[in-house]
This record gives sequence, structure tokens and C-alpha cells, in this order.
Amino acid sequence: MTTQAPVVDMTNISISFPGVKALDRVNFRMFPGEVHSLMGENGAGKSTMIKALTGVYPIDSGSIMLDGKPLVISGPAQAQEAGISTVYQEVHLLTNLSVAENIMLGREPRRGAAIDWRAMRARAAEILDGLNLDIDPASQLGSHSLAVQQLVAIARAIDVQAKVLILDEPTSSLDVDEVSELFRVIRSLKEDGVAILFVSHFLEQVYEISDRLTVLRNGQLVGEYLTDEILRIELVHKMIGKDIAVLSDLDRKARAPISEESEEMPFVQAIGLGRKGSIAPVDLDVYEGEVVGLAGLLGSGRTELARLLSGADRPDHGELKIGGRALRLRTPRLALKSRIAYSSENRRSEGIIEDLSVRDNIVLALQADRGWFRRIPRKRQDELAASYIQALNIRPPDPDAIVKNLSGGNQQKVLLARWLAVAPRLLILDEPTRGIDVGAKAEIQKLVSDLAENGMSVVFISAELEEVLRLSHRIVVMRDREKVADIVNDDVTVGQIMTLIASGAES
Amino acid sequence: MSIRTIDPTTARPKFVPSRRRFDLGSRYTPVLVTLVLLIAMWGVGATRYRGFLSVQMLLNLLIDNSFLLVLVVGMTFVILTGGIDLSVGSVVALSTMIAASLLRAGWPPLAVIVIVLVVGSTLGMLVGLVIHFFEIQPFIATLAAMFLARGLCYVISLNSISITNPFFVDMAQTRIPLGPGLMITPSVIIAVIVVGIAFFVLHYTRTGRTVYGIGNGGQSAMLMGLPVARTRVLVYVISGFCSALGGVLFTFYTLSGYSLTAVGMELDAIAAVVIGGTLLTGGSGFILGSVLGVLVLGIIQTIISFEGTLSSWWTKIVIGALLLVFIVLQRLLTTLRR
Amino acid sequence: MNPTVSKALKHRLFWPIVTLLGLLVLNVAVYPSFFSIRLQDGHLFGSLIDILRNGAPTLLVALGMTLVIATRGIDLSVGAVVAISGALACSIIAGSSDPNSPTTVLAAVGISIMLALVLGAWNGFLVSVIGIQPIIATLILMTAGRGLAMLITEGQIVTINSAPYKVIGGGYWLALPASIVIALGMFALAALLTRKTALGLLIESVGINPQASRIAGVRSRSIIWMVYIFSGLCAGIAGLMISSNVTAADANNAGLWIEMDAILAVVIGGTSLAGGRYSLGGTLIGAAIIQTLTTTVYTVGIAPEITLVFKALVVIIVCLLQSPALQTRLGSLRRRPVTTSTGGVLS
Repeated sequence: MTTQAPVVDMTNISISFPGVKALDRVNFRMFPGEVHSLMGENGAGKSTMIKALTGVYPIDSGSIMLDGKPLVISGPAQAQEAGISTVYQEVHLLTNLSVAENIMLGREPRRGAAIDWRAMRARAAEILDGLNLDIDPASQLGSHSLAVQQLVAIARAIDVQAKVLILDEPTSSLDVDEVSELFRVIRSLKEDGVAILFVSHFLEQVYEISDRLTVLRNGQLVGEYLTDEILRIELVHKMIGKDIAVLSDLDRKARAPISEESEEMPFVQAIGLGRKGSIAPVDLDVYEGEVVGLAGLLGSGRTELARLLSGADRPDHGELKIGGRALRLRTPRLALKSRIAYSSENRRSEGIIEDLSVRDNIVLALQADRGWFRRIPRKRQDELAASYIQALNIRPPDPDAIVKNLSGGNQQKVLLARWLAVAPRLLILDEPTRGIDVGAKAEIQKLVSDLAENGMSVVFISAELEEVLRLSHRIVVMRDREKVADIVNDDVTVGQIMTLIASGAES
Repeated sequence: MSIRTIDPTTARPKFVPSRRRFDLGSRYTPVLVTLVLLIAMWGVGATRYRGFLSVQMLLNLLIDNSFLLVLVVGMTFVILTGGIDLSVGSVVALSTMIAASLLRAGWPPLAVIVIVLVVGSTLGMLVGLVIHFFEIQPFIATLAAMFLARGLCYVISLNSISITNPFFVDMAQTRIPLGPGLMITPSVIIAVIVVGIAFFVLHYTRTGRTVYGIGNGGQSAMLMGLPVARTRVLVYVISGFCSALGGVLFTFYTLSGYSLTAVGMELDAIAAVVIGGTLLTGGSGFILGSVLGVLVLGIIQTIISFEGTLSSWWTKIVIGALLLVFIVLQRLLTTLRR
Repeated sequence: MNPTVSKALKHRLFWPIVTLLGLLVLNVAVYPSFFSIRLQDGHLFGSLIDILRNGAPTLLVALGMTLVIATRGIDLSVGAVVAISGALACSIIAGSSDPNSPTTVLAAVGISIMLALVLGAWNGFLVSVIGIQPIIATLILMTAGRGLAMLITEGQIVTINSAPYKVIGGGYWLALPASIVIALGMFALAALLTRKTALGLLIESVGINPQASRIAGVRSRSIIWMVYIFSGLCAGIAGLMISSNVTAADANNAGLWIEMDAILAVVIGGTSLAGGRYSLGGTLIGAAIIQTLTTTVYTVGIAPEITLVFKALVVIIVCLLQSPALQTRLGSLRRRPVTTSTGGVLS
């Protein structure tokens, strides 16, 4: 198939946002009739790439050719006219309207000034029939499952004569049967010569459906490979990459596996803890003073598990024991009462309160726990703020600074200070070092290690495996929303973890 | 357009998706509830009062509420997009004032009506532009319009102006016979035509479907390439136009212009739309539901006046209670759909 | 630029204060003795005192509204609550055998305030427990409330003749009109309640980011409930004040459009309708601006009803100035490369 000319040819694409180079001279091409997977971890540049191709973001430099002609577009509507259709992870359709309207609106058949409903439904039925889907075109879209909505979105996309169909995380909320249905549709489109750009967190699916892969990392192209010619382990390695060790003063050999020698009960015991549509039932123990690392790709269930442990999401399955007592943590508030603190990976939307000062942000959780009436005296607030600003080296060292004006690393430290102020016995850190500079990262790693030494239990999540290995006593590996391994960190190598993350059905 | 065909040899049993929701959560449910309510109220009235069970009684509901029918048409458009228009009562008052003062100055009636409609639509357009392009919440923008329109009434005159123009008086007094003992007013015909046009626009044009699409929330309508900006401004123009037309019909009804008239009429309009089954968060509802809502409000008033012992303020309390019931019902249905 | 001057310019209350001063200067220009205050029989008199006294109900209602708006809410029902509480108090007093007895008046005031608290709690229940959008939830009481008030007064304008009750809206305490003392007292109470307890911090945190507040363990439900109750309380007291001032309860017109004035005062005072950081001091200035504007229109010799037009213009201007969309547009005009980033700024 490589003898054909590429339908999409993007060369030397660069896009910058203030302070960030989102794409740095990246090349990307697609051939007609192939499924091409775009791979990479968070912040690799996948979505920026898609938005460049669909005209949402203007490119700073480079060129985009479609069918050998330069593509000049300034928005999704024009991209669609040029033959590039996108189906997003969140289905961008109108759930309050009928299936037929969702497929046809914008090109609806008319009789005079009026919409010809009968013709519209007939046409929609034809298209659905062509995809072998038995959906009543007159039914309301919102009455169908997400999977069907996804298929309707594809039906809309192909009716506009797409040359390129972009599927951004189409399978993230589908079950096994629904995925196979989707793949059947993808294959039949492929036979018709449509080039399909497929983005998914699920390695299984990527290997099942795609012919070719392009891997991005930190806004740069790692390489383009034929799916048949690259092993999973290699792929994972290329996605995650290598990180220069920033911590020299942390002696990894000193991490004795606490759970084995300890005779006490684990502080946290999760037994079959799960939530439908989010994560399969998982067992997990965390001992006092132990750092448990959660390793896995984005979407593997690592964050989902953390949310169940912290009351951010409600489990619908299994049991959670804290200090031997079974508890139902229905809200983060109850978790905090049991001294479990959760630092979300979404620093902006679930972490800092942007418009408040550093001091207010630090005391917030402690104050919420005490209730509104018993205000922490101002003097105590100042002491708390001052001590954490010093201990965590927060810059600028001004308790009155508004948090949104701080750098990412310092915002993260403020957030950590907030959780430390409640003196948690279990601290769950989800990607605490993402997107922050090297110095702050090292400081946070050092802090985690010190906290555990002083008896705190820590669940540590990071996409950087080196970091997880360096800090954890024990590592739990997640894949496709299931726990696949629970290993003591005793001379474990990054390679071994990668194998576990990648292996899937091969193991 | 061509259809992509799939090789019949690969044909296999069709993928038959399962429906997630059962029919209690259907979008027709609230309208049906309203219809049942209306029939029940009529039934109760018919058993209790003489003269209640007549067709003319129903026609009187239309006659007395023709201006409100026109108002709720505009309000339905706005609420379907997820917005709200608090200015309609004031725009009605402003329209009566403009009409009355221009007629007093001797302007020809048709020119007066055109001017009133243009002023209402223009005010609506300004509101729509502010809402869309400066992302100001609809309630605050229409609140400003409410102040502005009410204030302009006072600028015209602080006192009530009566209308003696023969055309207006004619419109007020004409009765169109429909059959033995049945009659309606020209205002009813105008209101019915407006409802009919609104029905056509909402269900048979891309603009109408875009109104529903905007109400679905998020960026979907825009990403589907529908004319969101134009439509969002347009619904406020429609609402302004309907308010002005409602004002004209109101002058046919009262034959005067007065600054303090129609205070709180926006609440009646909103209540009628909500009771008619339109979701206040937008995206779901029917123009005919709003018509039913107006009839429910009308029948409440009629029952209370027939009852004699009940005072007029019960109308407001009952409307408030119905509003509560329907809002909670909406909330339940929305939760059910998830 | 001089650093103190530039700091003053950046202060969030700079423009409101300038506006207020401008209005006052305008008044003095038209009416030179505007600032004069005289003491007569131990009571203060003067235009400024009148502005404060007439603005007291608006200030009260705006106080409650400020906290509601800070939690991303809105309370449209305050006008109805004003009417209800005035109606109830006047009906109790009118129905009692001795309208001049302090016990009767205290009972009337107490019962009315209790009812106002219940009405506030009702709004809070709909918003925080049932989860209805604030504007819709409070619309219910806005619609039904005046009917309830009329139910209480049986459709009449209840006039009363009670000296103790008259004090609330028309009497004097400490040489000042009692309504001013009450309004400022409530202002102080609100300030104390929110700044000496952690209520202010928690309200702002819920208003800025409800998600993050939940993760931090903030009980947003009870916080939201509390602000609506407080708003009900403020509106209830304002209702007593208004009915006392005219010694009558008018279910139709008492507190008509006061919700709009209150929202306006809050917005002028620099509290964003999007919730979050709020300023009680700003609301105080906002209420003063509105009342001064009304007075100015009167002084200049325009019919007072036309004030509405000016208020409309002020709402539009203030909202446009606050609108992020406008700011981005202006910003991109000023300097081409937009540096207001949404991504994290790397240190």
C-alpha cells in the first residue's frame, strides 16, 4: 500500500503556546485505506496534531498537503468540506434530536422552505443500512447508548464523503461487543479507501485494528512504524521514553519491602474495589510507611483506582478497610475525616482554587474539616503558611500571592501543602510532578520519600516509570482497567514494568 | 451523494442496539402531563360551575389570553436555546405607550404598528448581540433591557394614555362569529397565525432545529456546522418582536397605553412555557406545549373567578405551585434520562 | 507612575469610588448645600442622611445577594420576601388589640423574620438539595411570593398606627435614622460572620471552583444553604423597614424591583456574577451609588421614574466592562500576540 501517494502529508509541523512548544517539527502522513494509530502519553501532542489537521489550531510552520494539494483551512467546518471528518471522544452530536437529524442536519433534504422529514429519514436509514446498523432514524439520539451515538457520529462523518476520518478515543466508554461492532465499521470504511486516524489508550485495540503507528513524545516525533513490525514492549518504550535521573541522593537500595516483613495489618485494604464502566474490581494493600506506585498507561485505571480510594468517585463494588475498619467513603470529605488525602491529576479543575491566596489554599482542607464556625486563627494560618512555604520552598515566598499567578510547580507545592496540613495517614498523589520543572520535581520526590519514612502511607501515580521505581516500595501495574501485577520493588527494572504494561494477551 | 456499500458476502446479523431508557422519560411526558392537567381542570370546573362546559368558554380563554399566547411564542424560542427573557413585560408596556402616544399624535394606525414592531425587534436584537458576542448571561442582559424599556415608558409619559383611534377601537370590538353562539376576536386569529408560523419554523427549518441544537448545550451545534451565532441572536429578535406584537394585541384589549402595565407579565410567560413542558435548561419542549401552558393559566384564572369566594391572589400562588411541580418534574425526568 | 497612585488605580473599588464621588460632586454643583448636615432635636438631617436612609433597604438586600452571588447563585425572590415580611408584620400589628405595645411589635417582627428565614431555607433547599439552577429555583418564590403576601393582607393595603413599629423605618437611634443603624449593623454582622469565621473563605472557594472544593472536603451543600437563608433574613428585615417607613404593607408594590437594584449594587461593587471573590464594602458603595443616582436624577430635575433608564445603562456598561469576552477583544487589539495563557506558566 505504500506505493500509493499519501492522502495526508504533514511535514515539519510546529505549534507553540505561550511557554510550551506543543509540536516541534513533526512529520505525519496517512495513506488511503489504512488505519493509522497516533500514539503517545499525556502531553505528547496527539490532540494538538489532530487539531492542526482539522484547522482548529493554526500551524506556526510546516505544511499540510491533502491529496497532494496544500490544505488551507481555518476551522472544522472547512476541514469537513475538504474531506476530513472527526469523531471526538465526547460525541459532539445533539442528543435531544433524532438520529436522522444528527446524521443529516446541515445537508437536510428540503421541499420548498421546509425540511422534508420523510426524505431525511429515508436517507438516514440508507446510510445506517450501509453500515449494517439497525437504528430507527426517528428515535431520539439521547435514548441510545454511547456506543450507538458514536456509530451515528461516524455515519454523519462518512456521509460528507470523508477521505480522512479521525477517531479520537472512540472506544474509551464502549464494552467488548460494542468495540467489535465499531471495528467492523472501521474495516468496511477502510476497504472503501478511507484513511482512518485512530487514537486509543488501549494497546490491544491498537494492535488489532491499525496498520501503521506514529509515536509522539513531548511534542516531538519518535517515529513511524508498521504495526506488524514493532513489538509492544518497544512501542511502550518509545511512548514513555527515558528520563534522566534527577535524584541522586535517594538511595533506592534502601527501600526495604515493608509489606513482607511487617506483621501488622495493612493500613489500607481494598478488596474487590471497582466501579462499573471505570475500573474492574481490584485488591490493594497499603502498609504504614509504604509507598505504593501505580504504573500503567493513561486510561489504564490508575487514576480511577485512586479516585475510588479517596471518595472522589463512589465504588459500586467491593469493600475498603482503613486501619482494619470497613468504611464507605462516599465523598472526599469522609475520606479526609479518615485522614486520606487525594491530590488530583487535574491541578486546575480539581486542585487549586485559582483566585485565592497561597495561604487560603493551604489552609482550605484543614478549615473544611474543622467546619465553618471554628476558624483557624489568623496567627495559626500564618504559621502554617510560613512553615510550608519554607519547607516546600514555594516561590514567591508570599502567603498573600494569588495562586493562579504561581508557576505550575509552585502551584503543585501549594496543593501538597494543603494535603500535608491535614496530617494524612494515606496520601494519594496522582501525577504530582507532571508539567513542572526539574527542580520542583526533585523536591517533591524527596518529600514523598521523607513522608513515608515518617510513617505515612503513599500511593504514587506517575507516567514516568523511573520516578515510580525510584520512590516505591511496591509497584502495582494496571492495564486496560485491570490490575495485572503487584510486585515488590526489589531490583525491578523499567524494562520489566514496561513488559508488564505492554504484554497483554502475550503474557 | 453516494452510499458506501458493504460487500453483501460479509453481511451478518444486524447490530441491534438496546435502548437505554424506558418511555417514562420521553420528551412528550411533560406535555402529556399538562394536557391531562388541563382536561382535569376543565372537568372539575364543568362539574362545579354552570356554563363552564361550553365551547365559548374555551374560546374566551383564547380571547382573554391572545397577547400572552404571542408572548410565550417568543419566550419558547428563547428558553429552548437555554436562555431567558425578563424584558417581555416591559417591552409590552413600552409598545402600548409608543402606540398610544403616536396615535394621539395622529399617526396612521398601520405605521404605528410597524414602528412598534421594529422597536421591539431592534431592542431584542441588541440584547441578542450583547448576549452572544460579549457572553453576558441572558438574564442580566434582558434585565437591563427590562429597566431600559420600563424607563423609556416613563420618558414618553408618566400617565395613562387612552386610545380612541377608530382602527384600534374596531379591532377591540370586532367579534368574528364561528358558529351559533360562538365567536372570537381578530387578536385570536393573529395569535393563532403566530403560533402556526412558530410551529413551522421550529419543526420544519434548519433555523428551528438549530434552536433546539443550541439548547442541547456545549459546542456540538457549532461543531456540526450549524449557524449558531445567527440563530442565538435571532431568538432574541423573535422574542422582542413577539413582545411588541403582544403589546399591540394588549392595546386592542385595553385600548390604552400605560407605563405600569404588564408588570410581572414575563413571569406569566415563563410559567406558561415551563408548565407547557419546555425544559428551562433548553433543548426540549414544544410550542404547542406552551399554548397548553397558557390555557392552564387561563383556566386557573377562570376557576378562581367562577369560585367567587377565592380571591385573585390565589392565581399567583397556584401558578407558583404548578411552576414548582413542573420544575421538580423536569429535574426528575432529567435524572431519569441519565 | 507613582507606585501608590498605580496601586490605588488597580484597587478593585477604585472605579466605584470615583463614580460615587463624581455623582456627589455633580449634586453639589447643582445644589450647593448638598453636603450640609444639621442637628435638630438630637436628630441628624440632610441630603446625605436621606440618601443613606432611603438606600438602607437596598443595601440590606444587596448584602444577602452578595453572598449568594459569591457562590455562583442568584436570588430573584428577595422582592417577594420583602413584600411577605412587611405584610405579615403589619397584619399581626393591625390585628392585635394594642398596636402600640412593644410586645406586639416584637412578636410581629420576630414572627416575620422567622418566616423570612424559612423562605430563605426553602430557596436553599431547592438549590442545594434538589439541585435546581438558582435562577429557576428562586423564580418560583418570585412568582408565588406576591400572591402569598396578598393572601396575608387579604388583598388590602394594610395601614397601621404603631409608634414602636414606626421606629424601624422612620425613627432615630443615636441621632441617626434607625434604618441606617440597622443596615450598617447587618453589614457589620455579615462582615464579622464571614471574616471572623471561615465562612468567607469557604463561600469563595465554593464559588470559584466547586469541584476542587469538593475534593478539599468543603461541605458546599450547607454553605449554599446558609447564604440563601441569610439572603432571606436580609430581605425580611428590609421588608419590615419599608413597611414601617410608610406605615403600611402594600403586597403589590413593596420591594418591587428591589432584586434588580440589589443585583446592580453587587455588580457595581465589583463582585462578579460568575461567583468567587466578593466584596461587601464594594456592595456598600454600589448601593450608595444607586441611591445617589436616584437622588441626583431628582436633584437635576428629571422625573424620578426615569432613573430606570440610567440604571439600565449602568448595568450594561458595568457588565460589558466585566465581560471576559470584551477584555480579550480589547486585549488583542492592544497587543497582537496574546500572552494571556491558559496553559501553566513554567517557572
